[in-house]
Amino acid sequence: MKVTSPAFKENATAAIHDTQLQKALGNVETGFVAKRKKGAASLPEFEALRDSARDLKIHVLKHLDLYLEAYERKVIASGGHVHWAETAEDARRIVTDICRRLGAKTVTKGKSMITEEIALNDHLEAQGIRPVETDLGEYIIQLRGEHPSHIIAPAVHLTKEQVAGDFRRVHEHLAVDRDLSEPVTLLSEARAVLREQFLAADVGITGANFLVAETGTSIIVTNEGNGDLTQTLPKAHVVLASIEKIVPTLEDVDTLMRVLARSATGQEMSVYTTFSTGPRRADDPDGPGEYHVVLLDNGRSAMLGTEFEDMLRCIRCGACMNHCPVYQQIGGHAYGWVYPGPMGAVLTPTLVGIEQTGHLPNASTFCGRCESVCPMRIPLPRMMRAWRAREWEKALNPGTQRFGLGLWAFLARRPGLYRLAARIGRWGLATLSGGRGRVARLPLGDGWTKHRDMPAPEGGTFMDRWKAGERP
Amino acid sequence: MNARDSILSKIRRSRLSSPDDSARRATVTERLRSHPAGIVPARGAVEGEARIALFVEKAEAVFASVARVASSAEVPGAVAAYLRSKNLPQAIRRGEDPRLAALPFDTEPQLAVSVGPSDGHDLAGLSQALAGVAETGTVVLTSGRDNPTTLNFLPEHHLVVVSAEDLVGDYETVWAKVRSIWGAGSMPRALNMITGPSRSGDIEQTMLLGAHGPRSLHLIVVGG
Repeated sequence: MKVTSPAFKENATAAIHDTQLQKALGNVETGFVAKRKKGAASLPEFEALRDSARDLKIHVLKHLDLYLEAYERKVIASGGHVHWAETAEDARRIVTDICRRLGAKTVTKGKSMITEEIALNDHLEAQGIRPVETDLGEYIIQLRGEHPSHIIAPAVHLTKEQVAGDFRRVHEHLAVDRDLSEPVTLLSEARAVLREQFLAADVGITGANFLVAETGTSIIVTNEGNGDLTQTLPKAHVVLASIEKIVPTLEDVDTLMRVLARSATGQEMSVYTTFSTGPRRADDPDGPGEYHVVLLDNGRSAMLGTEFEDMLRCIRCGACMNHCPVYQQIGGHAYGWVYPGPMGAVLTPTLVGIEQTGHLPNASTFCGRCESVCPMRIPLPRMMRAWRAREWEKALNPGTQRFGLGLWAFLARRPGLYRLAARIGRWGLATLSGGRGRVARLPLGDGWTKHRDMPAPEGGTFMDRWKAGERP
Repeated sequence: MNARDSILSKIRRSRLSSPDDSARRATVTERLRSHPAGIVPARGAVEGEARIALFVEKAEAVFASVARVASSAEVPGAVAAYLRSKNLPQAIRRGEDPRLAALPFDTEPQLAVSVGPSDGHDLAGLSQALAGVAETGTVVLTSGRDNPTTLNFLPEHHLVVVSAEDLVGDYETVWAKVRSIWGAGSMPRALNMITGPSRSGDIEQTMLLGAHGPRSLHLIVVGG
């Protein structure tokens, strides 16, 4: 997938002026935020579970190599195959080889962000293999030739009218005068169309929410049941998972399950939590004949031991973006790559490089809501600050910004000068306001005053008032 | 170096303060062997009728429907009544589970019972749950001839028989049962935790039932 993060500012401006998008994004705050609040309140142990979920993943990362080895042994013992992929390219090649060997023409897919990360669909199509997304949201955006704008609600940026238009355009074999005015009729149509695809598919590809070292099991968590049809009906089930998805035991899965759905959709439990271990067995009347797991690194091992290691605790619930005031305004596409919102602002620079993605860790008010709702207590603002520091060290930010920060740093190290500058600034702003209490146009600051007034300072500077004995 | 060794050695370099990782190995081996439970919500620590009531309450909260019958002899009647209430043909498909096979279906002569996995043409499937979890109103099903996985997902209506004695408070108790049947460190090919009927909120966050899996989930609790 093409990285458009360098154009983040233009993307964001376009998003703010896109009325369809703004209408659709209105559903994020009223929907996800309220639901997560209810989900968290549903369990008295929720906060304690967040602590133990965090501790569990810290433990896993400390022993990641050993748990991966244990997991691999168990997958092989249950008749499955494990493939290791260092890069996106390796992973694409492994999946294509499996599909080719089986003569696959149609491949159904459960929802998987990893397959977005490695741009698998484009690659399969180039090889003459047809990938069919089966999650309703993913199916819709595949029809539109788009990418997900949210990690658990890929089509959250669309309205039902847009979806109806796409269905009329693509499902040409259906009656032209059919009613597609409500989400329920859209869902019924997608169900009928995709049911045929499930039954026709040669290979089913899913991601994994967790991999269990104790048993060699991969787990998917879904609400629609599409992931299960994807992996149960075809000749082979291919699981694509990144290496940090490992958990030690089934009991550890319980801890993560108890925080995942509550943080994501506010459900106590998603509808389908499916534990898959190996291919069809001798006495099985159904299930895939082959079971493959592709373990993807793609830059993750390089995060271990750095200030970004904590990011590998992420279980992809989406709570950080749902609660992010920036995401709520601009949606996911503006971020310019696979992972949007605060988790994307940290992860995208590690996977794509800070050179192209410097805007993302800067697109934050540092309000801290993301960290406050993260089930794994990932310190997202701290890591965004770490990216800003790296960006500074590499001299990647624009000259004007570096000049301004350099000037500020010069003054900040000279308290006498700093106070003098603050007094001049206070006087200047007060004069510009002309006693109206606000400044409508600020020289060099029209980026701010184009959209709102700058409040004018009232009274002396903070230091002057502190010295005069004023206390809050 | 192949990809596997390369990835593992990159991880090791970042993890190791000394080349001796015997202490780390011991920690991992012990955790996998002892599989310690984490925080188990107090909610599920109820027994008898209170546990059944919690299971029913949680299942109904996620839009499953629940029928309670006194004994397995009444299950065929409950199945027939459900199909009638939904205006469905009197036909159901089930696996070879001995508990389902032993049901007195002859008490419902109108009801056509077929056996085996689903090919997508069945309107209603019938399964026997390994367990029901009161904590969240979840049923646990395992793959195999007894209860083919396709019956859980392809039919429009999924009916699941849960014995009251198979109701547990929490997921941890399910794992104890799985280990006692399949052995430590082993699992059935597929284990499905199902909590309510299939749903989607992908269009404008409007929650709708019946996405790709069954449109309705009907639980028949036997005994208790």
